[in-house]
Amino acid sequence: MPEITYREAIRQALRYQLQNDERVFLMGEDIGAYGGSYAVTKGFLEEFGPKRVKDTPIAESVIAGAGIGAAMAGLKPMVELMTINFSLLAIDQIVNNASKLHYMSNGQINVPLVIRMAGGAGSQLGAQHSHSLESWYAHVPGLKVACPATPYDAKGLLMTAFDDENPVIFIEHTALYTLKGEVPDEPYRVAFGKVDVMREGTDVTIIGYGGSVWQCFRAAKTLETEGVSAEVLNLRTLNPLDTDGILASVRKTNRAIVVEDDWEFGGFGGEIAALIQEHAFDDLDAPVLRIAGADIPMPYNGRLEQAALPQEAEIVRAVKEMV
Amino acid sequence: MSQLANKPGHAAETAPDPIELLRMMMLIRRFEEKAAEMYARGKIKGFLHLYIGQEAIAAGAIAALRDDDYLVTSYREHGHALARGLEPGRVMAELFGRETGVTGGRGGSMHLIDSSKAFMGGYAIVAGHMPLACGLALAEQYKGTDRIAVCFFGDGAVNEGEFHEALNLASVWKLPVLFICENNLYGMGTDVRRVSAVIEIYKRVPEAYAMQATQVDGMDVLAVHDAVSEAAERIRRGDGPVFLEMICYRFRGHSMADAEHYRDKDEISVWRNLDPIKQLTEKLRADGGLQDAQLDSLTSDVEGVVNDAARFADESPEPPLESLRLHVYKDAADA
Ligand SMILES: Cc1ncc(C[n+]2csc(CCOP(=O)(O)OP(=O)(O)O)c2C)c(N)n1
Ligand SMILES: [Mg+2]
Repeated sequence: MPEITYREAIRQALRYQLQNDERVFLMGEDIGAYGGSYAVTKGFLEEFGPKRVKDTPIAESVIAGAGIGAAMAGLKPMVELMTINFSLLAIDQIVNNASKLHYMSNGQINVPLVIRMAGGAGSQLGAQHSHSLESWYAHVPGLKVACPATPYDAKGLLMTAFDDENPVIFIEHTALYTLKGEVPDEPYRVAFGKVDVMREGTDVTIIGYGGSVWQCFRAAKTLETEGVSAEVLNLRTLNPLDTDGILASVRKTNRAIVVEDDWEFGGFGGEIAALIQEHAFDDLDAPVLRIAGADIPMPYNGRLEQAALPQEAEIVRAVKEMV
Repeated sequence: MSQLANKPGHAAETAPDPIELLRMMMLIRRFEEKAAEMYARGKIKGFLHLYIGQEAIAAGAIAALRDDDYLVTSYREHGHALARGLEPGRVMAELFGRETGVTGGRGGSMHLIDSSKAFMGGYAIVAGHMPLACGLALAEQYKGTDRIAVCFFGDGAVNEGEFHEALNLASVWKLPVLFICENNLYGMGTDVRRVSAVIEIYKRVPEAYAMQATQVDGMDVLAVHDAVSEAAERIRRGDGPVFLEMICYRFRGHSMADAEHYRDKDEISVWRNLDPIKQLTEKLRADGGLQDAQLDSLTSDVEGVVNDAARFADESPEPPLESLRLHVYKDAADA
């Protein structure tokens, strides 16, 4: 199987959609002439033309809203909001319109829209460019939220997002664009709401999504050398959430730890901890732990930033205290 | 793109039928009065924003459009829904929150939707629906049809960022959108003059957005009809969006909860003299185009429709509790 980057995997899914579905078009800031701020859509304008690849003004609300309107009229738009930080200017459209129209219209209207954005921290971009707000979107009924962690997932989840009849928030982690992995050339789908057991183990379940999956993975490898067998779950989608997959793993290992880049207070890890204690309390040998981002605006300084993000060593230490 | 193109809809009347416009305005008026009565009787809950005084705009504008032109509106939209031909009984049932309502009791007064009639909804976030109009128009431009999208909003919307974003994009992309600002001089209790740097709203538009903009007497249904016909024709030709500012007045409070401390009786009575229904009735009578007997029959016809609507709503069942979680997502199980 060819090894390609996460970026290239996303490009393959987008190109496939543009080539195979005339209802699909892309729009966003600097996705055309500039080639995309993360170079995901580089060359697309030349290949598909300005009707299918639209450069927009810097106007996130109308970018998202026009995507919603076009989806209501039967097209399949993909809008790119550049980063999750800027999606805050479109949150009215996403939360008040996209997520609710199917319900409010009693099923008459639906919004088959893919909204892509890059998220996460770790590149010293400062407090306003380092958000991990995926739990905000996962909180909203009517939205689906995908957080690919691998090139394989990036292509497969994006293909699935385009098949979906609902608005999908597709959050790519900025630190992963250059990550390489095996990706089939042919189109395939990765199901929403199914965890990927990236590594099997028996002593503890380490749960991550998006960028944090790799901290979990590295921690599990280190733990193995110290005689602890850790199972690593990559959630792939936060909404729908694979509750069965999470519970099955925890029932096997009897311990769970959630690793998340977002703020701990009110963050997604709390949801998983609640799920586990509600449904698998008797299977637990230890309290469910969270290793999360520090509850602070992200500092610019590199050492401070790393200290604010979950680290492999922290996970290893926490697990060793648990088992 | 042929498989995406829509069938052309009915052509709009180029010459308006004044009796039909009068009947529609009377229907909206009586419907709203009945809704107020039903609210007082506790049959309608939540927010209820009446359209009384502004009937000329919905009636005149929508009669000048094609049946398949998209409409998106604010939450003060009962009149637009009726003018687009949504069944009065099903609209009233929605206000009652009943299963037979246009959205089965899920939307309510502020969120009437009937996509089969291209009535794409009432929206309750001020200016939040304006980007949707751009998207609907973009889709039709993309498919190569000559359908247009018409967006109704209040004077309050024009100071929102989404207004600016929508007008700019519509102009840059020459989208087939007609923006209709219903300037009733107040946003809730706030006089336009206190919050808008440029009070004559239409004047902002040509300079800032390179878009044609005109002010229209929104109390004169024939003037509204003419302005919208002309604008729609221009937009359909592919000449880009148009902005119409309709000057009007709501005779009732902002919603049923409004004690109206912010405007005085004299002002209200000046505007009541400009009542669009009264104006058209007087004009038609003077021209000899409307006889007393005809007016009586219109009145009793409208009365019957509205009473039937209220009875239908009242006799309709509540939505079943088992349906609570239906239609959150569209999927195979959500047929
Ligand atoms: C974004 C937003 N801010 C505030 C409100 C509360 N609100 C509801 S209606 C309204 C006044 C709007 O006035 P206008 O646009 O002139 O419409 P009108 O009620 O006069 O038809 C306000 C402030 C809201 N619904 N949405
Ligand atoms: Mg107003």
